[in-house]
Parts: sequence; structure tokens; C-alpha cells
Amino acid sequence: MLAFYRRLYPFKSVFHWLNHGHTPTRLFTHRELAFTLKGDVYLRYNSFNTAEEMKKQVCTLNPTRFEIGPVYSARPRDKKTVRPAAFKPTLRELVFDIDMTDYDSIRTCCSDAAICSRCWTFIAIAVRVLDKALRSQFGYKHLLWVYSGRRGIHLWISDKEVMELTDDQRKAIVGWLTVIAGGKEMNKKVNVRLGSKPLPPSVQMALEPLAEAFTELILEDQDCFASKEGWETLLRLIPDKCESVTASLRRTWGKDPDRSSLEKWDDLKREVKGMEKGTFQRALMMATIEDIILQYTYPRLDAEVSKHRNHLLKAPFCIHPKTGRVCVPVDPNDIDRFDPEKVPTVTQLLGELDRAGEDVKPDEHHSDWEKTSLKPYIEMLDRHAAGLMEEVRQNIRNGTGMSVLRFQLSIDVTNALFELQI
Amino acid sequence: MFSARDRNAFSKKSNIPQVEKYSNLKYSHRLNFYDRPPIDDITIEDFETCALDRLRVLAEIESSFVRNRSWEELKSVALTQSEKYLPVHASTAIAVDRDAERKKDHVGHFVLRLAFCRSEELRRRFVKSEMALFRIRWDTDDRVEREEFLNSRDFDWIPVSESEIKEHAEELTAAAGGLKDFKIENEKFYKVKWTRVPDLVERRRVFLKGGMAYVPAREQSSLVFQEFQSNLEKALELTAKALPRLDEDTRIVPILDNLSQGFLAGVSSEWSTASSSESTGKITAEMIDDMARKHFPMCMRHLHECLRRDRHLKHHGRLQYGLFLKVLGLSIEEAITFWRRSFSQIQDDKFNKEYRYNIRHSYGLEGKRANYAAKSCVQILTGETPGPGDSHGCPYRHFSQENLSSALLATYSSQGLTQADLPEILHAVKSQHYHVACTRVFEITHARDGVYKGEGVGGGESVTHPNQYAARSRELEKARLETMKAESDGDIVMS
Repeated sequence: MLAFYRRLYPFKSVFHWLNHGHTPTRLFTHRELAFTLKGDVYLRYNSFNTAEEMKKQVCTLNPTRFEIGPVYSARPRDKKTVRPAAFKPTLRELVFDIDMTDYDSIRTCCSDAAICSRCWTFIAIAVRVLDKALRSQFGYKHLLWVYSGRRGIHLWISDKEVMELTDDQRKAIVGWLTVIAGGKEMNKKVNVRLGSKPLPPSVQMALEPLAEAFTELILEDQDCFASKEGWETLLRLIPDKCESVTASLRRTWGKDPDRSSLEKWDDLKREVKGMEKGTFQRALMMATIEDIILQYTYPRLDAEVSKHRNHLLKAPFCIHPKTGRVCVPVDPNDIDRFDPEKVPTVTQLLGELDRAGEDVKPDEHHSDWEKTSLKPYIEMLDRHAAGLMEEVRQNIRNGTGMSVLRFQLSIDVTNALFELQI
Repeated sequence: MFSARDRNAFSKKSNIPQVEKYSNLKYSHRLNFYDRPPIDDITIEDFETCALDRLRVLAEIESSFVRNRSWEELKSVALTQSEKYLPVHASTAIAVDRDAERKKDHVGHFVLRLAFCRSEELRRRFVKSEMALFRIRWDTDDRVEREEFLNSRDFDWIPVSESEIKEHAEELTAAAGGLKDFKIENEKFYKVKWTRVPDLVERRRVFLKGGMAYVPAREQSSLVFQEFQSNLEKALELTAKALPRLDEDTRIVPILDNLSQGFLAGVSSEWSTASSSESTGKITAEMIDDMARKHFPMCMRHLHECLRRDRHLKHHGRLQYGLFLKVLGLSIEEAITFWRRSFSQIQDDKFNKEYRYNIRHSYGLEGKRANYAAKSCVQILTGETPGPGDSHGCPYRHFSQENLSSALLATYSSQGLTQADLPEILHAVKSQHYHVACTRVFEITHARDGVYKGEGVGGGESVTHPNQYAARSRELEKARLETMKAESDGDIVMS
């Protein structure tokens, strides 16, 4: 582990990504980092002035993983010495977390901590839908998707406007994007419209790609309605007002339980087509079919992670303690081809390093990662950070940056005053 | 509502006569965004009375929030209170001194700003109450006057062009789905940065594109309220920073202190803040199973059963149940024993590391050492919606009807709940009166203690807190045992 931090972890790239620039600003110096050491010792409120300082501390502590928190109004490591009122989270990337466990009730291939390339498709769909929504509806540009090392994926958005969102506004985005709600005891988890009225436009936009995925993933691959339990769940989603449909389907399927999910879905659609046009029931059933597709495929978010600025999230390129895999960035355009089982593990990387060391004489430690399969991933983060830094440069050139500087200056003065009062 | 240029063009045509009509007033509108502080001289007595009268109205509004009154109830309560202490009449009410009323409103607001800017908590509560007051006045304001008020301010809203409306007609109609007789041809839309209308975004009531929200004109009240809130929040923070310089005036500080105290005390105490020492007798971990069966409301029964079945509860479940048990009277030692035994599949090591801290934290023994109150029904109903795999929340709200029916029967049939009672309970649930459903269940299951229909948890009060449910249930049992004891004592004497 120590060798990994010393020779491979891309501190410089992570620094650029968090800091939005080359010279350290508050975005880095006032940023909380939390370390998890061996034996589950948890060290919160660490902060560093430079990337080198951070590397030194990480190598001393050798944590099993570390997490990134918000930018505070004072340096987190000074927390004990400043007044509580002068220590508030101010800026923070907007983060999302999608975890496979939330899909346990619908996936049939694995459960709990297990993940295979088949259930990764759920995540791939979620990534595509969210990436599109956040870019086109909210107009955000700097999205970084990071594999969480085992069974989920994280998203970090670093646009300037996003960094400044309040908790309420974060909650609003989560509300906008949350379609699946309701606990274990609620059968129908999609309630985003009134009666059979059309879906809200944002959800409607997502529906088309989801409908395709529904056939491939839910009906063919996962075969969700094959078991009795599976199709009873489906029948419970049909509203009470259309009891005749439920009864007729239950009869057909009861007689012939071996029908595949695809056939059962066709049965359902045929029932609806058979209903009289223009009736209330038919409209309701059409809406129900859409809702069912959403319930089985729409992204399931872990809402708590995104709502508050002070939530900590594991840093990219950490090692997942159970799988040993590196939390690497993922390209959303290439998400279908991403295979979580092919992600390099820490043992594999150190092996590669040893082998490379035999061929060439060891030179600079900093470029060690270039000799391993970590290279494309680090380059991906570098490109992402370069995009961010370019935008900051543009803003300064256009003059908007000056106001940011002035704003920072005024905060500095206020903080200095606060500290004097103590 | 319009950009400055549009508005000028508009007002030249139609608004001139009205403007002249009220031009003799110093405050030309009943509604006030409180952008500018009052600059006249006022006496120290006026300073205090203006603020006190306003405070009376705000305190009533806040206590209505706490008591979970509906918006309509809150409005009528606040209006009666305003009539008494802080009347602000429409511009058409010529018989009253409108300027004086409006000045009082203005001064009172600014004095209270000084009193309530000092802490985050006070600011939050002040903003919430002021928002409600503004909304009430907005609702009751004359339509024409409201229009004028809107025209008097530049809200920086960009009107959406006809061609753009046509281009997105379908999406705009779908987003406006809930509005009454909505016709895309008759609607005006405004574009604003989405961050200004987070409430509409959260409920998916607008169309979003590239970070801009397309807001239908009739949702503009939402924009106005948002604007009012963010203005006030910003202003309060600025005031807080400037306040230290004002400390020199020795006459004002005591008044301000007094006012902020009054706000805190004026609010009826919540049930949840009642100390745990109130419950008599020590409760031990072993007693919980029995007590759950006899006294707990459905939400806690459900959590208890999930805990027994899965030998685990997720975070929010632990929080909701743990705090409930704390207020019930379970001491910290007993609580740790209880949870340790309940999580029987978890190794000691893991328990000590991951759960012990949280339990101690909820008892105020770790971290910021806050004494957390148990969650009230309002908090449970409006708090985090249970996600997949969660078991917290209010069963009446978060269960599907079938699951709720079977859960109720399974849980309470031994205490006298029958199939015949279900329709009534489910009816209350359907109309979203979850606390009514819960209260009815309480009445049914406590019928043998002589609780009749409509009595609720004593004196017709309905259930507003799980601990109130449990406490009342225990009281009833105690009373019953005492009478039984008295009777059996009597028997002994006779024999």
C-alpha cells in the first residue's frame, strides 16, 4: 500500500482537479480530507497547503483510504482554534453515488456485495441517463465519473456554479432526478405524475433509451418476470382500477409458468392493446407501462450523499479495501465497454512496476505510473483537470475572475477579524 | 416580471391613472420587500412597540408551524393576530391611515432584523416566519395592487419569446401538467437561472434547459417568495456582521436581547423536548419486547419487528427507533445492551467500532454533545423518504395499502383491532390524514381501558409524537393496574 502511495498515486493530478489551478487556492488549502487508518481509526479535518505536503502525510499515515470533503471558511486543521460560527462549509463539488445494493430487489444475477458484468449494465444505463440530464438540462460541463472500486460509481461535478450551490439547491437537484421512491413496503415506487397525465419532460426524455434497455436487460438478460415472485411483483404494479388485466394475466401465467419474461411482457402489452380506445382504463394502463419501465431501469440514487455540502466521499484513485481495485475515472461515452473486473488492482500494478523496473533503470519516481496500466486513467483525470483550469483562465481574462478574487479577499479580512476577536 | 424597458412601455399605456390615484402615499404598496431601512427619527418607545407587535404575529405563525396546522388554519390565525396588532390595509382603504400602518410594519421588520440576526438558528426561524407573513399578505392582496407591486421592482426575469415557446410547446405543457385549465397559447413564460426556483425544480414543475428554468407566469409567486427569502437571508447576514458596531448604544441592546428571548419563549414547547426523566420507573433492555407489544405505535412496532427479524436496522431506522427509546426512558447503558443483543449477528469488534459511537452520540455523549430530541410525527412524515431496504418512516404513509392492512391486523389483532375497523383507517390514510389513522388505531387498541372513539390520546388530542402515544398508553395501563389492585385489596379485606 505504501509503495502505491509513494510511487503511483497521482497527487499532482488530484491536486489540479480539486484546486482548479496550479497555485494553491482556498479550494485546496481549506479543503477537508479524512483518513481511514488500519483498524478503522478515522481522522477528520486534515488540510494541506500543497500537494507535496499532502503526499508526505499520506505516506506517513499510510491510510487504507481517504475521503474528500468540502472547502470550509477556515482551514480544517485549525478547526479547534476558530469560532464554530467561522467554520462553515462553503464550496463543494456536487457528488452523486449510485450503488448496486439499491438494485437488489430487481437484479437476479447477483446480490449484496457481488457484481458481475451483467449487473454493471444497470449502472451503465444510470450513467447515461444522469450524464445527459445534467449536461443538457442543467448545462453543467465538468463531470467526472469514478468507479467506486466494487459495486458502484461516483460522480463529481466541479463547475463554478455547482461549487457554490447551497444545500437547498442540492436537494432540489436530487428531487428533480429522483424518480424511484418508497421503501421495501411500497410496491409501486414510481409516482411522478397525476393519474394518466403525461410524464414531466425530464423523465419523458429519459424514457426512450430506458425502454430499449428494458427489453435487453430486464426481459432478456435478467429475465426478471420468470419466477412466480418476479411476475407477482409485476402484477402488483398494475392499478386496482384495471383488475381485469391482472386477473387475466394471472390466469394465463398460472397455467403456463414457463413463459419467458419477454413473452409475459408481450402478454401484458396485448391486454392493453385489446382495451377499448379512448377509455380511462386504457390511458391508465399506458401510463402504467411507462411507470414499470422506469421502476426497473431509472437510476437509483443514494440521495443523502448529494444533499449536503459536508458529506465526505472517497477520493479517486484510492484502493477499495475489499477488492484491491483502484477507483479509476470512467469515460461516460464508453461506459458500456467498461468492465469492473478488468480494473487494475494494487497488486497487479505493483507487479507491473517491478517488471518495468527490471527493464529500465529507475529514474524519476513521479512518472512511475506511466509504466503501468494506470496510465490511461491518470491521463483521463489530467485532461479533465486541464479543462477546468482552462475555464478558470478564461474567466480571469474576461474579468469575472477579478470579482472572485475580491470576494476571497473580503472573506480573508472577515476571517482575520473573527480570529482577532478570540 | 418584465425587463425594465418592457415595463415602461406597458405602464405608459394603462397604469398612469392608478399611479396618480395613490401618489399621495409615502408607502405606495401594501407589500414590502424591505429593501431600504427606515430613515426617520423614532422614539425608543415606538422602536420597542413596533417590534413587539410584529413579534406577536410572527410568534403565532411559528407556533402554528410547530403545531402542524394546515396552511389555511395558519392563515386565519395569523390574520386575526395581524388585525389585532399589526393591521396593514389595502391602498383602497381610504378611511385608515395607511402610511402609519405601513411605517409601523416597516420599522418593526427592521428592528426584528437587528434582534434576530445574531445566530444561525434565530435567522432561520425569523426568515421562515417572515416568509409566511409575506405569503399571507400576498395571498390576500388585491390582484391589481399586487400587479402594481410587481411592476415596481425589477426582478430580472427574461420573457420567453413566442418562437421559443412554440419550439418547446410539448415539454412546457407536460411540465405544467398540474395547473388548472392550462393552455399553452395563453401562457406567458419567464426564463430564470434554475437556482432561483429550487422548490419548483425539486417538484419538477418547470422545464429546464441549459441551466435555465422556464417558469409559467402563474407560478411567479414562487419566484417572488424565493426572491424575498434570499434577499432577507443575505440582508440578515450583513446585519449580523454590522451589529458589533451598534453595541455602543446602551439603550438598544437590552431591548434587542429581550426581543430575541421573547421569540424563543413564545413558542409552545414541543413534546419531544420533555425530558426523559418524566417517564416513571426504570426501563431495562429486557422490558422492550413486552412494552413494544403493549404500547408502541405502528411505526415503532414495525421497526422493532424488523430489528428482531433481520437482526439489523439501517441508519435512519436506528436513529428513529433509538431516539424514541431514549425519550421513553432507556438509559445509555441499557440502550447499548439492547442494541448489542439485537444485532446478534454482528461481531463485538464491529459493533464497538461502528455502532457504539452512534448510540452514545445520540445520547449526547460524543461529538458535539447535543441532546437530540426524538423525532415527532411531522419529522417522520416529512423527513427522509425510506429508500429500498429501509424500514423507518410512518407506516400509514410509506406502506402500500395492502401491506398496511395486513401489518395492522398482524400487529394489533390481539389488542382488539378487527377487519371491520380497517376501512375507516384506510380512508383516513387515503385522504392523507396519517395522524388521524394512527389516533384511531390507538383508540381501538385501548378500548378496554375505556378510551372511546374521538377521545384520542386524551382530551380529543390526536397523535403528534410516537412518544406521546407510548406514554399515554403506559399511563392508561398503570391506571388500570391500580384499580385492579385496589379491587383485589378490597377483596382481601372482605374475606
